[in-house]
Amino acid sequence: MPFIANTDEQRKEMLDAIGVSSSDELFADIPKDLLAGELNIPAGKSEMRVISDMQKLANRNANNLTCFLGGGFYDHFIPSAVDALSNRSEFYTAYTPYQPEASQGTLQAIFEYQSAICRLTGMEVANASLYDGGTALCEAALMAINITGRNRIVLDSGVNPIYRNMIYSYSKNLSIEFEEIEVKHGQSDRAKIEAALTDDTAAIIFQNPNFFGGVDDFSDVVEMAHAKGCLTIASVYPVSLGILKTPGSMGVDIVTGEGQSLGIPLSFGGPYLGFMATRMKHVRKMPGRLVGETEDTNGKRGYVLTLQAREQHIRRDKATSNICSNESLCAVRAIIYMSLLGKQGMHDLAHTCATKAEYAKTRLSKIKGVKVKKTTPTFNEFTLELPCDASIVVSKMIDKGFAAGFPLGRYYKGMDNFLLVAITEKRTREEIGMYAEALESVL
Amino acid sequence: MSTPDTLKYTKDHEWVRLDGDTAVIGITDHAQSELGDITYVELPAEGKKVCSGEEIAVIESVKAASDILAPIAGTVSELNSTLDDEPEAINDSPYENGWICKLTDIDTAAVDALMSAADYEAFIAG
Amino acid sequence: MSKLIFEKSVSGRKGYSLPTLSDSEAACKLHIPEKYFATEVAELPEVSELDVVRHFTNLSLKNVSLDANFYPLGSCTMKYNPKVCERIAAMDGFSSLHPLLPQLRGGGMLTQGALEVLHDTEELLCEIVGMDAFTLQPMAGAHGELTGIMLIAAYHREKGNKKTKVLIPDSAHGTNPSSAAIGGYKVITVPSDANGCMDMEAFEEALDDEVAAIMLTSPNTLGLFNPDIHTLADKAHAVDALLYYDGANLNAILGKVRPGDLGFDVVHLNLHKTFATPHGGGGPGAGPVGVKKSLIPYMPTSQIVKRSDGTLTLEYEREKSIGYIAPFYGNFGIVLRAYIYIQLLGKDGLLRVSENAVINANYIQKKLQDKYDLPFSRKCLHECVFSATRQAKNGVTALDIAKALIDRGFHPPTIYFPLIVKEAMMIEPTETESKEDIDSFIDAMLEIAELAETDPESFHALPLTTPITRLDEKKAVKDKKFTA
Repeated sequence: MPFIANTDEQRKEMLDAIGVSSSDELFADIPKDLLAGELNIPAGKSEMRVISDMQKLANRNANNLTCFLGGGFYDHFIPSAVDALSNRSEFYTAYTPYQPEASQGTLQAIFEYQSAICRLTGMEVANASLYDGGTALCEAALMAINITGRNRIVLDSGVNPIYRNMIYSYSKNLSIEFEEIEVKHGQSDRAKIEAALTDDTAAIIFQNPNFFGGVDDFSDVVEMAHAKGCLTIASVYPVSLGILKTPGSMGVDIVTGEGQSLGIPLSFGGPYLGFMATRMKHVRKMPGRLVGETEDTNGKRGYVLTLQAREQHIRRDKATSNICSNESLCAVRAIIYMSLLGKQGMHDLAHTCATKAEYAKTRLSKIKGVKVKKTTPTFNEFTLELPCDASIVVSKMIDKGFAAGFPLGRYYKGMDNFLLVAITEKRTREEIGMYAEALESVL
Repeated sequence: MSTPDTLKYTKDHEWVRLDGDTAVIGITDHAQSELGDITYVELPAEGKKVCSGEEIAVIESVKAASDILAPIAGTVSELNSTLDDEPEAINDSPYENGWICKLTDIDTAAVDALMSAADYEAFIAG
Repeated sequence: MSKLIFEKSVSGRKGYSLPTLSDSEAACKLHIPEKYFATEVAELPEVSELDVVRHFTNLSLKNVSLDANFYPLGSCTMKYNPKVCERIAAMDGFSSLHPLLPQLRGGGMLTQGALEVLHDTEELLCEIVGMDAFTLQPMAGAHGELTGIMLIAAYHREKGNKKTKVLIPDSAHGTNPSSAAIGGYKVITVPSDANGCMDMEAFEEALDDEVAAIMLTSPNTLGLFNPDIHTLADKAHAVDALLYYDGANLNAILGKVRPGDLGFDVVHLNLHKTFATPHGGGGPGAGPVGVKKSLIPYMPTSQIVKRSDGTLTLEYEREKSIGYIAPFYGNFGIVLRAYIYIQLLGKDGLLRVSENAVINANYIQKKLQDKYDLPFSRKCLHECVFSATRQAKNGVTALDIAKALIDRGFHPPTIYFPLIVKEAMMIEPTETESKEDIDSFIDAMLEIAELAETDPESFHALPLTTPITRLDEKKAVKDKKFTA
């Protein structure tokens, strides 16, 4: 039997030692009438057979499309060292570092990850990870409600529509009021935001770059919010922070984001990495695990899980969050990735993505009937206005070998002709050229 | 373990000292020793009105957290702000420097109804 | 002292290579106003690829891990993680698949392989635990609990039930009360009886019309099965309270009993426990949720459905759905590994899991019960819970014993949980450990018990073999140093 070491003889020896004649006796507490019959599932297969069956399934997925699809989840290159190091079983077969002497590897790596996230976002303290960018944003909203004692949230419609839907689902059983502010010309509408911020608003949530790819400086929004005693929450794309102003320098109170771009494969939606960073004064209200530096009995530096009294295993129903297992291995991948890229690399990567996107914008705007709004500054993703329904264009582009982008009509009313196009460092000039030709031919 | 005769006690290991018409509240020597090294005290908002049994503070040690419940109803009139920087005062001096907060608008009869030192000692002896 | 990666930084050193921009690309100026740019570059490390490789390789060597050490961490089911699962998860057809593809017109047909993995896993899990439908979206056990609570709330809301409370035994994991509270319910803790199971009298007293659900772990965190479970379910259902199954301990009864047959209405499973996916140093896991028919209408967006032509598609519009609890389909890469594991084991293999897990745990319980106190001396299922009270009288605590085990090459059991056992040591060997390895663990525990009597003082300096000695946790809380 795979993965069971003991032989029948050993099992017999053990049963004798226990003092029972068969393993059935060990299940004696379970009333007989509750025992399951034979499960209706197939018999086990050999490793060889499983590999070949799974290869067939993998082949039924399109991995030959050239990817211009983003929407918050990007096709970045992953350096080989990320896989090589994170696949070390010392990392991936350990569990939560509750015994610090036996877990300094994971603990130090997470401490370094927290440090890198703080440096990238310009914030003071980051947690050890949350599930993904969406749940991180939900946690941030609850955290703001907890800190302010207020129960109203203002939500900018430039926030990923899937994340907005998640926030609504999570708060369905809590009495939280929402006001959504529609984006105007691809950017956050200052006048409407100012009007929406009231003395009972816990937080305003915005995204940079927003879902349409537009970049912004939210310093003025932060000022408006703080004037009302309301917190600010920014959902950010970490790669963009290689060149863009950090949420920290804008004065933002809580920063969250999806860390998939930091060395984590797309893998059909997960596992990903939710990151969260905040100001030191809010650390006790922050959800999730946290690694801190301390000393051992000889004065040697070491790392431990700390401020655990916030967490569910101690505070139970009064914990800041119910999170236990997180995305630790993905955080380890992220710190390896950020170390490889380093200071200059994160800047160059961001610059490369933005420049290629600018090139693509110029190239695609030359196609008859295709419009690009030049006035809205963008990072690596931008919106094309097509002369027809974008979802039909996308379907035709699949036949040409492209995942052409995301049709915005799916989530935004009146935007059926708009297509969201993402560019990463992986897209070559030739691919952009072929994409342009294909697009021209299907319009 | 000390249990001063001059104080009144609760089953949740809080003590109350009447200071005129103000009640001073803290946790007992027994409670601080059970909690271990105290690292943080979350104090209530000044002016907060509390019912008896309502949570007024949270005391954290490295691996535990304990809710402090109001032994009697009243209004929070003063906080021991030295606990912000020196939460360990509760370990070092639970009945003096480690007091947590003061309540006014209280019913002094409710204080009298709490356990005496002898009753509390018998209670923790189990 | 081990340097931080930031401390290895040398100005100007690089560990990356990016494609060069073509001339026509490079000629494109960014149309981003100056004020949107960062004024400083983030101080990330400046290191070579070899620096990075050596740094993280050396860090990894400071971990005790399942692949290198027996890891009987109770309640966490640290079973062997088959290598073939990693190999398959890395296949390009799975790892590079964009999650938004199925939302493109015609895109769904390009993800049929992945959707089949999800659909089949849902059906397999339904059969294994006796439920009617599954969602694979929750990304960890606690996330599954919250999803389950949200489903329960939607069910009661629809029926017009006025429910305000959730009952949870005092032996439960902290995630249970925490999830119930975040789901909007008041938590009522029910004490355990002398046998370690939920006290029936206290349960009946707490059970009224306002109870939305009862969250139970079965077997419970003491490794004990509640023989009254069916009666309990009937009583709960009589007031339309739903029964929630926390799957943390499913390994004990896998293939033997199905929670659905016991009367549970909602279950969550921990794929990283029962279904052998790696624990990743704390995650990622996966916490799929299964429900009985009456709760299917509320399942989260999206749901996988089979079309009449046999192809699979995703349904997004369901009127009564609780909505999005995850952006896509959950931790696909983890679900995929669990699916592979089920393929490898098949029905017979799954049954062997619980049998062997239970034999291994009872063997340890039997061999250690003379030297360590056993608070509930019944036969256990997949894990046994000892108390170090006897040793503590000599000044040797469960923590000290844990450190002594580390020095002997073992990861310690879970300690100080469940909370209702003083000086608790919760040992879960799992089915994949051999008798030889279990015997050496037992020998180490017996040697430690002996030493606790002859030389209790020696424990306080332990561990001695690790990169660091015991850490000052109070200092960590006080200093608040969370970044380099």
